[in-house]
Amino acid sequence: MSETVAVIGGSMTKFGQREAWIRELLADAGEACLDDAGVPSDAVEHLYVSNMASGEFEGQTGVMNALAHDLGLLPAYSQRVDQTSASGGAGIYAAWQSVASGASEMTLLVGGEKMTHRSTAESTDIIASITHPAEYKHGVTLPSFAGLTARLYLDRFDAPRESLARVAVKNHENGTRNRKAQFQKEITVEEALESPIIADPLRLYDFCPVTDGSAALLFCPLEVAEEYADDYAVVSGVGGATDTHVVHEREDPTTMGGVVDSSEEAYEMAGIGPDDVDVAELHDMFTILEFLQMEALGFAEKGHAWEHAMDGRTKLDGDRPINPSGGLKSKGHPLGASGVAQAYEIYEQLVGEAGDRQVPAETGLACNVGGFGNCVTTAIFEANR
Amino acid sequence: MTMEAYRYEDGSISYPGHPRGRSGDEPVEAIDLSEYTGEVVTWTTSTATPPGVREPNTLAIVEFEVKGTAVRALAQTTTDDVEIGTTVTPVYVEELREPGVGLKDADGPQEWDGYRFEPV
Repeated sequence: MSETVAVIGGSMTKFGQREAWIRELLADAGEACLDDAGVPSDAVEHLYVSNMASGEFEGQTGVMNALAHDLGLLPAYSQRVDQTSASGGAGIYAAWQSVASGASEMTLLVGGEKMTHRSTAESTDIIASITHPAEYKHGVTLPSFAGLTARLYLDRFDAPRESLARVAVKNHENGTRNRKAQFQKEITVEEALESPIIADPLRLYDFCPVTDGSAALLFCPLEVAEEYADDYAVVSGVGGATDTHVVHEREDPTTMGGVVDSSEEAYEMAGIGPDDVDVAELHDMFTILEFLQMEALGFAEKGHAWEHAMDGRTKLDGDRPINPSGGLKSKGHPLGASGVAQAYEIYEQLVGEAGDRQVPAETGLACNVGGFGNCVTTAIFEANR
Repeated sequence: MTMEAYRYEDGSISYPGHPRGRSGDEPVEAIDLSEYTGEVVTWTTSTATPPGVREPNTLAIVEFEVKGTAVRALAQTTTDDVEIGTTVTPVYVEELREPGVGLKDADGPQEWDGYRFEPV
């Protein structure tokens, strides 16, 4: 019998180009999260730090130890969680396990990454190092996987190129309502369609930016949550799965198997299905990924997610808003922070603190993807107000 | 140099090869895909490439049929004049990207030679 796990606090720094380095970014989010929940440092028993590559980006390793010291959490157990771009989601899984198992009564999760001091080419190479050597030697990048998959999707399902542009337009519009998002700028379909080609048929506005930032969440058992908060969220389902390391070995390149498998696990644990999800944060590192995840999560029939974008069904006033925060596309994608920030947005939506982008929601889902769907965590949260 | 794929006990084939197949089976045969032609499943031209990689860089996923079993490979192409359905064959190239310019050491475990796809 496992403990029911609650989220009683959260925080997120401003995403974008920041002067702060990784230690300061992590400390800022961690401190703000403890303040948000009104929990003292000495109450924290476990600390998880989601981070993909602080060693490669900045030459700083051992970030979990540094953060535990900087926040006065000693002697709390601390661990760094790396699952590439899905490090944040993997951190949620680890934090949930630590509380659900009874090992910890107060677990702090902080995700962060410092990237913008590197050139785009250097950042791309660090991220591309996750690929198999047989892929790496060809200069394969994550954006090129997106281009390959987008061409196949548009061709196979007769989807208009405009549908991908509409994902970018929607997420930029949502980002203008999120003061912590990297981009605070609306764009038009025409601007998206005329922006420079990056990985044909995808263009500049189909891609998320390089970002610095951090985010944090605080987890505890349900009975402890009631000591600290009236409004909080409950982790009702969580699932994790792994797909092939070599992307072209997947049977159907337009199906994200890791999303299918992880969401089935999360839905089963929560005792709900896709129709019960009111709002979702998906890993739109590239616009095409929003379609692929919607289909893998059961939000749309195979080959039909693009119609939802064309019909405006994923907008804030649509029947199931997707990426109200602006998503990775507009909010930014500081690798290790992204999965935590996705869940932070869902937490804010469920406790009614999402401000101008608030949507009616009792149940929210966050899907965090590493690589090009290589590692995936899906988490479902329910409001307790 | 060969473009070596593995066939496993269950009959499946993968490129590149792995110590075990998707079903956990051990490899039973090595197959050189450079002796086959295949068909382009999808392709892209990347204009933002990492250090040491040609720019632009056209890549394709190609499906080969080996004795009735499909196997896919991803590689650079020799031209940007490819479409979905184009028939291609692998051609050997000594250096696919400049060794040691990016994150990986020139003399480390990363191989730098291999095959590009050329339309037939």
